[in-house]
Amino acid sequence: MSASTALETPARPPATPKRGTTLERKTARFGWVFLAPFAVVFLVFLVLPLGYAFWMSLHTNTLAGGEQFAGLANYTRAFTDERFLSGLTRVGGFALVFVPLQIGLALVFALILDDVRTRLSRFTRLMIFAPYAIPGVIGALMWGFLYSPSFGPLVGFFDFLNVQAPDLLSRDSIFWSLTNIVTWQWTGYYMIIIYASLQSIDPSIYEAARIDGATRLQTALQIKIPIVTSSLVLTGVFALIGTLQFFTEPQVLAPLAGNAIDAAYTPNLYAYNLAFSYQQFNYASAISFALGLMVFLASIIFLIATRRKSGLN
Amino acid sequence: MRKRKIQTKSLLAAGMTTTLALALVACGGNDDDGGGGGEGAGASKTNCANDIKVQDVPVVTYWGWFEDTAQTVDLFNESNDDVQICWTNAGQGADAYTKLSTSLQSNSGAPDIAQIEYDWLNSFLIQGGLVDMTEHGIEEYEDNFTAGAWRDVSSGDGVYAVPVDLGPVGMWYRQDIFDQHGIAVPTTWEEYAAAAQQLSAATGGETLIGNFAPNGQGQHYAFLDQAGATPFDFDNGNPTDISINHNDDASKKVFDYWIDLVDEDLVGTDQAWTPEFSTALGTGKYATAIYPVWYNIHIPALEGADSEAVWRAAPIPQWDGAEARQVNWGGSTLAVTVQADDAALATRVAAELYESQETKELGVEVGGLFLAYPEMIESSYFQDRPYEFYGGQQLNKEIFGQAALDYEGVTFSPFTQFYYDESQRLLSEAIEGNISAEEAADELQASLETYATEQGFTLK
Repeated sequence: MSASTALETPARPPATPKRGTTLERKTARFGWVFLAPFAVVFLVFLVLPLGYAFWMSLHTNTLAGGEQFAGLANYTRAFTDERFLSGLTRVGGFALVFVPLQIGLALVFALILDDVRTRLSRFTRLMIFAPYAIPGVIGALMWGFLYSPSFGPLVGFFDFLNVQAPDLLSRDSIFWSLTNIVTWQWTGYYMIIIYASLQSIDPSIYEAARIDGATRLQTALQIKIPIVTSSLVLTGVFALIGTLQFFTEPQVLAPLAGNAIDAAYTPNLYAYNLAFSYQQFNYASAISFALGLMVFLASIIFLIATRRKSGLN
Repeated sequence: MRKRKIQTKSLLAAGMTTTLALALVACGGNDDDGGGGGEGAGASKTNCANDIKVQDVPVVTYWGWFEDTAQTVDLFNESNDDVQICWTNAGQGADAYTKLSTSLQSNSGAPDIAQIEYDWLNSFLIQGGLVDMTEHGIEEYEDNFTAGAWRDVSSGDGVYAVPVDLGPVGMWYRQDIFDQHGIAVPTTWEEYAAAAQQLSAATGGETLIGNFAPNGQGQHYAFLDQAGATPFDFDNGNPTDISINHNDDASKKVFDYWIDLVDEDLVGTDQAWTPEFSTALGTGKYATAIYPVWYNIHIPALEGADSEAVWRAAPIPQWDGAEARQVNWGGSTLAVTVQADDAALATRVAAELYESQETKELGVEVGGLFLAYPEMIESSYFQDRPYEFYGGQQLNKEIFGQAALDYEGVTFSPFTQFYYDESQRLLSEAIEGNISAEEAADELQASLETYATEQGFTLK
């Protein structure tokens, strides 16, 4: 829409000579040609499936009944579905822990690495970033084994102390076990984003600060952090969206922690199981859209809440 | 100057953020169009895991995961010149079912013949995914199979799959552990619980009698059947009616029995099919495993197993010693999907795939299958087969042959995955001590009833 308006606008003034108009038109035509490959992919793989999923979410198809138009009934059901709501509450809880924890750690690492420049710091930077390079599924599987009450290295450690090893896959501890995996995986990525924006700060500002007698800590707190706030907000939104859509880690750990992770542990997991385990594709579509709506709302609220701080008006 | 630059950057970041947020939200929505994804990976007649031996004849596509499938299909193709099988391994169990169900949902990509375990047939049936084989003359094959297996593939007046193998349940036990503590091998559940006490007392809780897995749904269903419970009554003649009885006395008896053992720390509660359970069983934490005949190939492969372990099999313990009741857990069938080009031909292929003696022997020797053919079960080839790992015990003659012939069949849930997930969730609650065994049964009943009503069933 906006693309077409932008392309047509220059052609509007009536006084333009004829040759110019043809050129403009030609340009416009070429514009469309260049846009086409993307537009096709965008339509076929994003807009159409989304439209189809939305259409599905407006219908019901019960095992014994068949397909019928249902209007918003699936959505009413979703927002009164205890399992969906408890999943939402759970990812909300995860978000409250994940977002500050990951962004906080990422910021601390980034500030330290920005300040301390030795050969070791380059290596450290790479090591903190490395977990992000490991595919999520592999990472979760690996942690699954580390947590295992019979093979994990923790078992050996606790055996040595002659204490019963804690079951990291039990109902009481799974929240923190998952928090650990996700923090391990994503902190490095957020750190790199923040670090990059720290690197782009003009060094003359530091010089000025030094002349004014600022300590390194003061420089970090009063100059660096305010300048990178927009990156913090950006990574915060990433972390928030990722958390609300939490899926991979619980899905991979579920077979190992069946007591703790059920089919509706997170809303995304619930949508997946509804569709592919229970054949409720219509309701699963509605759950996905309902989740999408919540993610969208949460992101907007987050952006508004941090508007002042980030300087985005 | 400086400030403006920052603002531009911030704006850019904000723009990027919003776009990404939208894109990521959109990704969430993508999950549910998986139906389209099935097409690319769907069954095709040209992309087989095997070679087509005879050209220019009809080809039937087949998804299966038996160990012997590759060889069985080759043998079939070599000995048939009017039809060929194009085989694909679409994954095992749940993986294959997810693909099959997605293909059925999207009306394309399903194979002509699919391997489906007995407990999942009704779930595909209710989706309208399976062909009624009585329309293609399956009755003439009925006598080839055991009565229990035939009942398990029938619903109402229809027959929706051809049985291949069965999983008659027995008790695998560590003879060395029982001997060492002078405990007799239990034959009833009462003796089993008493042996559990003795074993735990003798070893200070180091060795337990067995394990009750919260996700052992197939085993639990066999336990329920043995106790005389019929959790589901469903029949494709009247597909919108269902009766659910999961909190009757028989069901509660089973739940009570096991949760009591759990509460007294007499059995473990490892998840089934995890390295935890395999290790515990291999290293002598458990003295028995109530598992079907097909477990015989798993026991020698247990992780970190004691090399001294002496494993043997015995019949499953009974509720009533005088009146033994045999049960089944697992085993697969060959079903013809509604997407089959030629359902009659596919039915014939499914019915005859394991018909020749040569194929049956492949199934037994390569696939480790306990075939649902009485002729095979009763044959001396099968009965006299010694199992080296079990000290040459003739497992089929002593235990499983009769168990399979005596098995009468059950009716499975038409929404297996939901049932299994709920059962696991509530049994986990009971194991954790949050609810009692009775409450688990009652809540399961309520949850299943609600789900069935939501799904448009009428409760009988």
